[in-house]
Amino acid sequence: MKKLLLIPYALWMLIFVVFPLLLMAAYSFIDLSGNITLNNYASFFSSNYIQMTLSSFWYAFLITLFTLIVSYPLALALNATKRKTIWLLIIILPTWINLLLKTYAFIGIFGKNGILNDIFAVFNIDEIQLLFSDTAFIIVSVYIFLPFMLLPLFNAISGIDNNLLNAAKDLGATRVQVFSKIILPLTADGIKAGIQVVFIPSLSLFMITRLITGNKVITLGTAIEQQFLTNENWGMGSTIGIFLVIFMLLIMVITSGKSDNRVMKL
Amino acid sequence: MTTIKLENVAYTYGDTQVLKHINYTFEDNKFYTILGPSGCGKTTILKLIGGFIEPNSGEVRFDDKVMNKIPANQRKVNTVFQDYALFPHLNVLENIIFGLKIKKTSKKEMDKKLDEVLRLTNLEEFKNRNIGDLSGGQRQRVAIARAVINEPDILLLDEPLSALDYNLRVDMQYELKEMQKRLGIIFIFVTHDQEEALGLSDEIIVMDRGNIVQTGSPKDIYDEPLNRYVADFIGESNIVRGTMVKDRVVSIYGRSYDCIDGGIMPNTSVDVMIRPEDIYFGEHNKDKLNVTVDSVLFKGVHYEICCLDEDGYEWVMHSTKNALLGSKISLNFAKEDIHIMIPGEDEENFIERLESFQGEDE
Repeated sequence: MKKLLLIPYALWMLIFVVFPLLLMAAYSFIDLSGNITLNNYASFFSSNYIQMTLSSFWYAFLITLFTLIVSYPLALALNATKRKTIWLLIIILPTWINLLLKTYAFIGIFGKNGILNDIFAVFNIDEIQLLFSDTAFIIVSVYIFLPFMLLPLFNAISGIDNNLLNAAKDLGATRVQVFSKIILPLTADGIKAGIQVVFIPSLSLFMITRLITGNKVITLGTAIEQQFLTNENWGMGSTIGIFLVIFMLLIMVITSGKSDNRVMKL
Repeated sequence: MTTIKLENVAYTYGDTQVLKHINYTFEDNKFYTILGPSGCGKTTILKLIGGFIEPNSGEVRFDDKVMNKIPANQRKVNTVFQDYALFPHLNVLENIIFGLKIKKTSKKEMDKKLDEVLRLTNLEEFKNRNIGDLSGGQRQRVAIARAVINEPDILLLDEPLSALDYNLRVDMQYELKEMQKRLGIIFIFVTHDQEEALGLSDEIIVMDRGNIVQTGSPKDIYDEPLNRYVADFIGESNIVRGTMVKDRVVSIYGRSYDCIDGGIMPNTSVDVMIRPEDIYFGEHNKDKLNVTVDSVLFKGVHYEICCLDEDGYEWVMHSTKNALLGSKISLNFAKEDIHIMIPGEDEENFIERLESFQGEDE
């Protein structure tokens, strides 16, 4: 009976995870004219793609870093409010809106005649061209990923027993020490989870790069899209995809580690 | 060091007045127990002394220094929390030396203190364990070790024994008592368990709904409770309505009995308390009060025997002798064991009356 219940999930995994991965692996060995080749892999290690990979990682790193910097104090502040869940809901709410719509909204804000420049004009600040810059890319990405980082952090923080903080104070810890010696280590798992759910998807962001940066920022995601849709080189697209999967697995391994209640040594 | 003075301390949380008007002085090198039902404000007093909250009015003083605004981390006070509040990400050793590390104690001194505390709490073999792998009693010892290693002037204990099973609790009571003597500092222990309070303390503070009702040594409080509330809370008791006939004579249910209390106006209506263990019984018609045995409960050390007198009033006694259910017996009690309480009397008048009358007696 238990085995029977497994069947739908096994089928699902087979059709939508295993099979596509195998297909992608197979395609990665096929060139434009349909011959079996290793050229795709060779060209991935050309300076072009290496650079693209590095820049993907760099931007994903920046996005994750800034999302963390914004989310952590936010999660702390949320936890201190009286109506935690309502505030949390308000912050999470925008995730229910389509990603593209939100991105378009930022075009309206950041554009040359956008709201931001209108506000600047009131204070006689020089008009800036934020749209099509990598700063804009990071701002928009941080905005979009914020809830995904916030939730695990909030859960970790609200799970800390208030008496632990009192105990630390009782033993002489200042507020900064309470944070660094108790709160931070006890939320390490939340931070790891947040990094995973932000860093991995930001490696393969592609629509935002086009809409917000006008393809100035090219990530692995953009490259895959281009190979499949513009160049119609499915083999190369698959090869990049394979590498993306490898990177993700690596990050998963690095950030999950063993957590046996001993999160961090003093 | 040190005395702790609470002067007119009041504390309000939301709409609830948790502490009403607290005046008390804790003296050095004594074991204090604050006793009361949950919600009486006993933990709040600990928090005020620990520095986790500030009183709305009044002063908390250590010696003569007003401590109201001094935060917890700058007080020479350490706390053993009710659920121990051990840091789950640190092992036993790291938990214990947390306070010393904060104070940047030298390695040599730390090792010395650690050795001492590990011996005191019997934790030597557990020092590298994770908190999650410890039993309740071990956790409690870690919590105590973590607090006392800082050599506080005052140790606060917030119902630290409530999570332990009976045998362990009794063992820990002995250990705590001994530890207090050895350290020579103020222990303030909060509990709702009267047995714990009687066994451990030099002084007991009985609280009710944000007020201190009575303070005194365990013996004082047990033998001379101020009122029905204290008598009920500490130990078991028969409390009956009575009337003072004259000094040393009280009337209960229309019968007069000799007692040793006095200094009360004749015809004052009073509460009369007799502890169940002070009542003994004999043959029918022989002693003070004829009763019929209504129920008998075996309690291990003694029998709890519930009797009804001829007027239908209930009397509970503890006896090592068994009484036959339904048999007719008579109850006896010494005049010293009759304790008179005047409803509504406050502690000050109570003590004054006790002292003045007993003074006359001698």
